Amino acid sequence: MSLDSAAPKANWFSRLAHPGNFMGWSRPLIVPVAVLAALCLAAGLYLGFFAAPLETANVGTTLPILYIHVPNAWLSQFVYGAMVVASLGTLVWRHPLADVAAKVAAPLGATFTALALYTGSLWGRPAWGTFWEWDGRMTSTLLLFFIYCGIIALWRAFDDQLRAARIVAVVTLVGALNIPVIKFSVDWWNTLHQRSTNLASSMDPSIRLPLLLMVLGFTLLFLVLHIVSMRTEILNRRALSLARQAAMGAR
Amino acid sequence: MPDLGPHAVYIAWAYAGVALATLAIIAYVALSSRRAGARLKALEAQGIRRRSAGAPPA
Repeated sequence: MSLDSAAPKANWFSRLAHPGNFMGWSRPLIVPVAVLAALCLAAGLYLGFFAAPLETANVGTTLPILYIHVPNAWLSQFVYGAMVVASLGTLVWRHPLADVAAKVAAPLGATFTALALYTGSLWGRPAWGTFWEWDGRMTSTLLLFFIYCGIIALWRAFDDQLRAARIVAVVTLVGALNIPVIKFSVDWWNTLHQRSTNLASSMDPSIRLPLLLMVLGFTLLFLVLHIVSMRTEILNRRALSLARQAAMGAR
Repeated sequence: MPDLGPHAVYIAWAYAGVALATLAIIAYVALSSRRAGARLKALEAQGIRRRSAGAPPA
């Protein structure tokens, strides 16, 4: 048996996630997904402001803030979930694209978390009489923002990004303990924040549709930004590799 | 423009902040991408090629 035939063949996922292949198949996705994101956001805003009621008995007149608060709150946790999966890819499979995906997701997740906190506080002032309250949901979300900032700082602290990837992956997995705390904080503690809402049943359909469109639009926007950022990180690493190669050749 | 009621100012600030931050992150990602591409092209224009610039695994 030759060595070639004995070598395990890369599975479809490994082939798909190879940096070289990723650069090839991801490029044609960018414009269509960006257009779809823009259409979802435009339709969500139109329906939210011109077709749905602008106030309800339980939410009040700040209802339109819901259309931007919920998508950002959802993405604050979804992006962290994506970073956890990527961190497992780094630690378990040592996949070259996994740490790229985790690294570039952190600033995006931090932005969405900051926007969730910002829109939440603007919701809170008229609804609860205060911009901020140190309750379970808000405090754990603020902690999530600090975790994102810590992860971004940790990435920047290392010159050797491969070494950084393993350390950051461990920190990311430890930080994931905060996600269920955010999710269940409204059940575990007394809080000003409303309890989890079942979008499928407890919401008027005229409000549910624009809200779902906004959530989809922001999620697609994240997808586009993540793909472009991953491509940028791959190009940066190639450029760094070339610069080192040139420096070695000059010696 | 629909009547946003007595809390219109909070709604306006929320949307303005989200729009600003979203546009800023889009611009940052787009500019970073452009800069990275230009940097790589400049290096390749100097005749430096990746040793591993072969085809990805089949």
